[in-house]
Formats: sequence, C-alpha cells, structure tokens
Amino acid sequence: MFVTRKVEFSASHVCRLSHLSEEENLRLFGPEASRNGHGHNYVLEVTVEGEPDRVTGMVVDLKTLKDVLEEQIVSPMDHRFLNAEVKPFDKLVPTTENIARAIWEKLLPVLDRPGTSLAKVRLYESTDLYVDVTREEA
Amino acid sequence: MVSLTRVYRFSASHRLHSPALSDAENARVFGKCNNPYGHGHNYALSVTVAGEVDDVTGRLINVTELDDFVQLKVLNLFSHRNINEDVPQFAELVPTTENVALVIAELLQQSWTEFLGDAGPRLHRVHLQETDRNGFEVLMPALGIEKKVEIEELLVHA
Repeated sequence: MFVTRKVEFSASHVCRLSHLSEEENLRLFGPEASRNGHGHNYVLEVTVEGEPDRVTGMVVDLKTLKDVLEEQIVSPMDHRFLNAEVKPFDKLVPTTENIARAIWEKLLPVLDRPGTSLAKVRLYESTDLYVDVTREEA
Repeated sequence: MVSLTRVYRFSASHRLHSPALSDAENARVFGKCNNPYGHGHNYALSVTVAGEVDDVTGRLINVTELDDFVQLKVLNLFSHRNINEDVPQFAELVPTTENVALVIAELLQQSWTEFLGDAGPRLHRVHLQETDRNGFEVLMPALGIEKKVEIEELLVHA
C-alpha cells in the first residue's frame, strides 16, 4: 500500500554552467539560464510503501512524515536561493531532475525503515512539468 | 530511476462511432459520445521520459527540444481538429481516448530514435486526460496501433 504526502516550497534558482558561454547556456537551459535567477512554487509528493500496522492501522505516522519533510526539505529550501544557500547546489546544477534526486537521497535514510520504504519522490516545478524518482528496479 | 513528465494541452473534437456496428448498437455502446455532430474536449497529454541524468548538465532531456518534438509530431496534428475527419490515423479507427493515446504513443515512438539517437532517454509513458475524471495511460513499449487494428479486425470478423 502506498501513502503520499504533499508539501510545497518556494525557491529561486538558476541553471547555468560556468564553463559554457552565454549562448551555450541559453541554448541548453533556455530561460532557466537567465543570469539573475528566477523562482518556482515547487510541489513535492513523497510516497511511502508498506502495510498498515495491525494495531494502529497506519503505514506510516503522517505527523512524523510531515515533520520529516518539514525538517529535511521545506525548512532548508523554502524561500531560499538554491544555488547559493542549499547544498549540493553550490556544485550541482539545480535542475528539477537534480533537485528531485537530492531530495530522494536525503529522505532515503530517514524514511527507509523496517516495514516501510520510500517508494517515490515526485517534484513539480510547475503544473505542467514534474520529475519522478523511484528505485532502480521500479 | 529518474523520469520527467511534461504536460501538453490541446483541444479537439471527436465522435465515437464504429462502422462495424449498426446505428442502434453504436448508440448503445457509445451513448452520448455517438452524437452525429461530434463533441470536443480539452485534452491534457503527459509525456514521460526516463533514463540517465547527464552528469554535466543535470538534465534528463532538453525540455525545449521535447516541446518542439511533441508540437511537431502530435499537437500540430490534433490541436483544434476534428479527429475523425482531420487525422488520417482515424479514418477507420474509432477515436476513443484509448485509441488516441495509442496513436500518440506510436507517433512519438516511431520518430524517437531520430529525435534523440540510440543513447538518449527513452519514452516511458503516455498519459491522456480526456476530462477531469477520465485518464488513459500507455506504458511503453506499447502494442503498436497497427497490431491493435489487426486484432480489432480479427474480432470484427470472428
């Protein structure tokens, strides 16, 4: 059984590679490369898989999950400039793909526990673009 | 696995009517979708691409290039069209959203290698939302539409 919790955060970013020319950056990243950055309202959906506990009837304690997402993701990223303020984006281009993967890697050790596992991270950059990260075998 | 999904929107009209069925049977099977004058929808097409994230660019695919590709192969064909009359693939095929999704998957898949080369990310899923309540999903690799038409013919003639 899958349980999904959604949170939102707003952040700014810029997708540029310093070793590329202005023209190459614009060709590669389009408006995402705009020099002074820009922002998105990101929507994050985190899906946990497991069987409901026989006693509590819960796959995961949703309050705990909410706290984990707040502490691990929303608090460090909300209203931040990702490139300058949030690791690993000092060294890694904050494309939606990379942000989703960084979120997956950050949540995996916290949410993978006996009986429950992290099944999916879905990150919406806008209503019309999202990235999913799942296990390799999925 | 990392996948990226982009949503595209187009408006089109269709009529669900099978030449293999009588008028009464068509009315029974397709209900109000069989209205002789057709009707329209605002479709939302989700195209999901899966593969490796490039180490340098941090990207799975260039979204602008994907947009151009989907525009050329799909949206130009369907947007503001009568699917039965204007889209050649539906000359004989009922434009149910199942079939429209399969045709779109086929249109994207057949030019995919030409678009991205052998090493690029693969087309993973095509999802077509007809209304808020009806969505249809094709997981790739899909059964080709030609194969499906063959099967339909077999069923009709059985």
